[in-house]
Amino acid sequence: MSIRERLSGNEATAIAMKQINPDVVAAFPITPSTEIPQYFSTFVANGEVDTEFVAVESEHSAMSATIGAEAAGARAMTATSANGLSLMWEMIYIASSLRLPIVMALVNRAVSGPLNIHNDHSDAMGVRDAGWIMLFSENNQEAYDNMLMAHKIAENKNVLLPLMVCQDGFITSHSIENIELESDEEVKKFIGTYKPEHYLLNDKEPIAVGPLDLQAFLFEHKAQQAEAMKNAKQVIKEVSEEFEKWTGRKYEFFEKYMLDDAEIAIVCMNSTAGTTKAVVNKLRENGIKAGLLKIRMYRPFPVDEVAEALSHLKAVAILDKADSLNGAGGALFEDVTSSMYVNKKQVPMVNYVYGIGGRDTTEAQIESVYEDLQKIASSGDIGNPYRYLGLRREEN
Amino acid sequence: MAYDLKKVIVEKPSRFTEGHRMCAGCGAPVVTRMIMRALKPEDHAVVANATGCMEVSSFIYPYTSWTDSFIHTAFECAGATCSGAEAAYKSLKKQGKLPQDKNTKFIAFGGDGGTYDIGLQSLSGAMERGHDMVYVCYDNGAYMNTGIQRSSATPHFADTTTSPAGKVIPGKMQVRKDLTEIMVGHHIPYVAQTLAMTNFKDLYEKAEKAIYTEGPTFLNVLAPCPRGWGYPTEDLMMINKLAADTCYWPLYEVVDGKYKITYKPAKKLPIEEFLRPQKRFKHMFKPGNEWMIKEFQEEVDKRWNELLKLEQITNQE
Repeated sequence: MSIRERLSGNEATAIAMKQINPDVVAAFPITPSTEIPQYFSTFVANGEVDTEFVAVESEHSAMSATIGAEAAGARAMTATSANGLSLMWEMIYIASSLRLPIVMALVNRAVSGPLNIHNDHSDAMGVRDAGWIMLFSENNQEAYDNMLMAHKIAENKNVLLPLMVCQDGFITSHSIENIELESDEEVKKFIGTYKPEHYLLNDKEPIAVGPLDLQAFLFEHKAQQAEAMKNAKQVIKEVSEEFEKWTGRKYEFFEKYMLDDAEIAIVCMNSTAGTTKAVVNKLRENGIKAGLLKIRMYRPFPVDEVAEALSHLKAVAILDKADSLNGAGGALFEDVTSSMYVNKKQVPMVNYVYGIGGRDTTEAQIESVYEDLQKIASSGDIGNPYRYLGLRREEN
Repeated sequence: MAYDLKKVIVEKPSRFTEGHRMCAGCGAPVVTRMIMRALKPEDHAVVANATGCMEVSSFIYPYTSWTDSFIHTAFECAGATCSGAEAAYKSLKKQGKLPQDKNTKFIAFGGDGGTYDIGLQSLSGAMERGHDMVYVCYDNGAYMNTGIQRSSATPHFADTTTSPAGKVIPGKMQVRKDLTEIMVGHHIPYVAQTLAMTNFKDLYEKAEKAIYTEGPTFLNVLAPCPRGWGYPTEDLMMINKLAADTCYWPLYEVVDGKYKITYKPAKKLPIEEFLRPQKRFKHMFKPGNEWMIKEFQEEVDKRWNELLKLEQITNQE
């Protein structure tokens, strides 16, 4: 039986971590994820977990200590946001190359500069090719649920990759919503105990981790990482199905909302999907066949499934909450359009960069996107594919 | 039990094996081997290594020179990486997930680049948090792995590839940072400065104390570099001896805040004796540059006298 509660996204994440009861947590405070180590250190101080909490002096050390702990044979976790992730960047790549199933909560926030503490996805997008599994969460329930599934995915023998669970800073992390929690015992049973095959603390089999890896081997080692990422897809599917059997809450690579019979659709991630659903409902009442595809599994990217799910549409808008500043559209836009191209699906697609630095994304804005899509669908004319949503500027 | 070099070598097989690719005449593998020998044979160790000469020469995939468990992550974070492994040990042991009758010790190694400079924050954090680990800096006085660039451990006036002795600027214009004193400032239970001299007694005993003192401990070990310093490879031990006899590199330890100088040369040699055999100081011996040697000597004397005073003050009742 699930337990009904009211929690913020940060609280939900901290409670998931408490139930996971990792051996080590190493973290450094940064808005808006600070509450996670705060709540968690209270659990440690009150003896509610077995965890060694390492209050490191920086995020670089947070990830370094997490790597050291996980390599030693522990289940190790951390949490961060924005510049914290930027400071970790070097170690993010090292964590995945060492094939350590570390789990991290990433509370998405704009990366400096200039300094801004509010939500966008520029932090996550900066590590999208770092070899981490990336799951996105629309709300606190999904942040909690993704966290409960994380270790079972990351620690699978065919995967052994680090995983980050993303949620929107403030919008999700600080908003209190209803949530269904699972019991400590059930969580423990679902996750199981961690039994690494090779680890530093095994004195019977000393190992060396993190070599100088030159021309003769690095290429093959990177290919193995890529293979593990491909394997993760199947594992994520299986773990999500098992999770559904347990909790009744269904998770797939992405959520299709009124998509199957839709003519126009938006693709987005995290909390914007909630706003978009409200707009879709309204449009449907007016007979407009609008739909939504909400990406949950961003890495690995579900190339074929996305292409299939969008292939029947007359026009699609891909919403990027981070600007790639490259004159060629945001990262999600590139992923989706590339998926379509390799699957030989031709659907008019436009990109909107939106919500940068915590700029509010309103229902009216989302509605305007669907209006644009209707025009594109009827005229077949895409116009400028690289657009902004909610940007204040001189009329042009 | 009195220290006996022969016994140590016979009874304790090397835990840092042959086949590594460090240069002939390098001080680092010599001290590393001896420090690892200070472990009790029955104890397991987890070694964390910063990127540097030692790491890239001792663990080239698929070969390793380390018989204990070893982890290298990056340049600036041996302290943090080691602290994470130590936290894992504490946690797993507490939960009964590791054998209770078996001890694992934690030793981090970094060069002066990975310790004095880019890794100082990570080291400071790990020491302040009180992890049960030893951090060993093998100080060769420059970034030798990338080709002899100056570090904050590079001595005054030394010629390096980023502080070249030129026509206008005669080498490194700053005096060296005193990392050992920075570590004393962390008020950790054991801090020592040592080098490989004569029968390795000073090095071995300090390593043993550092490893088996509970809590965070720090060893700063001089490790000459024949390429960077410009001495013939066979002169390694002579250079070490001169560093101690000129008081350029005083051998001392600080136990719970109390200083003890472990080697006071019977005759303190002038600093020229240490400088002359090294090519990096060659320009200091050109006519007209006597002021450089004088300044260097004054700095050495000042620091040595300070140390004598600290020993006296901290041992007063």
